Amino acid sequence: MLAEILQSLPQVLVDGLALGAIYAVIALGYTMVYGILELINFAHGEIFMTGAFIGVAMLILMTGMGWLAAMPAILALILVLIVTSVLTGFMGVGIERMAYRPLRNSPKLITLISAIGVSFLLQDLVRFITEYKRGNYILTGPSMFNEQFSIKFSSISSSFSDAFFKTSTLILVVAVIIMMVGLDFFVNKTKWGMAMRAVAQDRETASLMSINVNRVISLTFFIGSALGGATGVLFAVQYGTIDPYIGFILGLKAFTAAVLGGIGNIRGAMAGGLMLGLLEMFAAANLQLLTGGIFGAEYKDVFAFAILIVVLIFKPEGLFGKAVTEKV
Amino acid sequence: MQKLTNKLKGNKLAQIILLVLYVVVTSLSLYLAQASVTAFLLMLFSLLLLYYTELPVRLKWLIAGVVLIGVIPFVSSTGPGYQSYMEVATVVGIYVAMALGLNIVVGLAGLLDLGFVAFFAIGSYTYGIFATGQAANFMPFGSFPLSGNSFWIFILIGCFAAALFGVLLGIPVLRVKGDYLAIVTLGFGEIIRIVFNNLDKPVNITNGAMGLASVQPPEIFGYQFVYPNQFYYIVLGILLLVILAVRRFEFSKIGRSWKAVRENEIAAQSMGIHLVRTKLLAFAIGASFSGMMGVVFAAKQTFVDPTSFTLLESITILVMVILGGMGSVPGVILGAAVITILNLQVLTEVTNYLNQLSLDGVISFPEALSPAKMQRFIFGAILIVFAIYRPQGLIPAKNPVFDEESLKEGSKKHKKEQIAVEPDKGFQA
Repeated sequence: MLAEILQSLPQVLVDGLALGAIYAVIALGYTMVYGILELINFAHGEIFMTGAFIGVAMLILMTGMGWLAAMPAILALILVLIVTSVLTGFMGVGIERMAYRPLRNSPKLITLISAIGVSFLLQDLVRFITEYKRGNYILTGPSMFNEQFSIKFSSISSSFSDAFFKTSTLILVVAVIIMMVGLDFFVNKTKWGMAMRAVAQDRETASLMSINVNRVISLTFFIGSALGGATGVLFAVQYGTIDPYIGFILGLKAFTAAVLGGIGNIRGAMAGGLMLGLLEMFAAANLQLLTGGIFGAEYKDVFAFAILIVVLIFKPEGLFGKAVTEKV
Repeated sequence: MQKLTNKLKGNKLAQIILLVLYVVVTSLSLYLAQASVTAFLLMLFSLLLLYYTELPVRLKWLIAGVVLIGVIPFVSSTGPGYQSYMEVATVVGIYVAMALGLNIVVGLAGLLDLGFVAFFAIGSYTYGIFATGQAANFMPFGSFPLSGNSFWIFILIGCFAAALFGVLLGIPVLRVKGDYLAIVTLGFGEIIRIVFNNLDKPVNITNGAMGLASVQPPEIFGYQFVYPNQFYYIVLGILLLVILAVRRFEFSKIGRSWKAVRENEIAAQSMGIHLVRTKLLAFAIGASFSGMMGVVFAAKQTFVDPTSFTLLESITILVMVILGGMGSVPGVILGAAVITILNLQVLTEVTNYLNQLSLDGVISFPEALSPAKMQRFIFGAILIVFAIYRPQGLIPAKNPVFDEESLKEGSKKHKKEQIAVEPDKGFQA
């Protein structure tokens, strides 16, 4: 059994890394908003999904106008990524403005309900627009970056088999690393980042220090949503087919990743996302083997939630978070 | 209009006359114009009017009983639409009971449960597995399917099974901070669905995505319940019990502790309320209503499969509670009725009407926009609008006001005075 697991390990690592990178960036959006507002932004998964649809729509449009053939594919992708992230960023700001800001002093339950409402609204809006335009709400993007590569793990030791990946996986991982490093720099080294951390620590004191709290919150939503939207595009390029309901379960898992890394902790979210992606891929590949055929790969979602529940019970502050005592 | 309502206020006789007149007119119109959905809806609307009259509570219950047990089944019974009306009324009853269960969890105890349909699924599968041949796959003894006589016991078993799962989920989860609960229950709802969907191997327990077909209909003394008009009475009976239970709970010690926990956990704890136990009770009781109705649902559909228990169902029940008013029993009943009828009748009718129009070439109407598909949009919009503009819902919850003096006297008089009510402040802050 061990030999079989080892055999598939390189492929699991590569796939898990790609999936984990996606979880990590979405988890960033959850963790940033939670850090500042103590709100689970249910709509974040839907922003990711909308980003994927905007990106694919642009790619299809560009193919139709012949632009895609005219310029290098990577340039086109960068263009799409930038436009999508700006659009979804503003969408995030708009959602905060319309659905969350009026409720900032209400009980948390009410804000959560509003967030769920936004999430459902977005799902159906995207479904409606896509179905109206294309007749079907499941969308397949133009195929890009499909060249296969392999890493010759088998040359290291014969107990491994080779791992295969596409160019898009490489682009995904590189883009995610750039986003994460950029965000880390922004939050820790710039003035706006400092303002964000201050608001997360204590909103009222921050406002006394002449920080425009509303603007900082808007900025947080903008950055989180822009990153989420860009990841959506990368997801669509990597996995090909998207539908309006992908954001929900993926968002849920990304939230799990954020909790795993300690909610409110940006570096924790990155680590948690990667860890969850690897664990999930490992489970999908080996669950059947490990349990003697009782559980198959179809239980991989259950596995992710089980991790969430276990973390919440034994280490609710997450792996990298600090335990806080509630102030009265 | 203003004058008219002012005149009506305080004039009980006029209220009774108007109400009876309304019931008679709508009954007649339903009796004569059978195919009219509008007449049926107007008929149901009489119950809401009844709620707003100033009659004594007992009289209200009596009138509601007469209308529900006698008038509605009778006047709709003659035409071709009979079973479909009764079907709607039965489904409304099922959802009302579930919404009342969720109301305890969300409205009274303030715990956001997004996987509530899981308990409904547990109830359904409890009866579904044992009332089909399915149980023979893993039960070492007994012959299956069990006969329809067992349905009545299974209502209780479903109730307890759901409550048990509520507690099992609650024990680990309720220790963590409040807003994680939403995510965990959401995950739990999905887990239950995935598990039921895949539990056809290694031992075939739920028959997987194929579902359980031909569930035994309930039976008592040789009388079988097959049609919606027969289930209507079962649902009505259970619903009555549920409403009574909710009313008793709400104003009991446990109900007051739920509200205390909702308003401020730390303050409630320092007043000697056992947090985890109180929350667990809310979870278990809410789940048990859902479990009971799950059993009825399985028997009514005679078919159980995992697609009936998606997240959309959970959110639908949540929308009912939010729309009606968190913590308010009449509100939640209204919310559940409105949403169910919207789902079953109004959306399909409007869709049919629009399709007809586009067939006739009056307007060109895209298939994607058909209202029957727009549930998520409508529910999402309701959630946002009510959260922002009217968090207390259509009929806000009311709390009894106790007069300190009369309480001190300890006389029996104070029972009369506590009828004075004030709006529940809970969600208006």
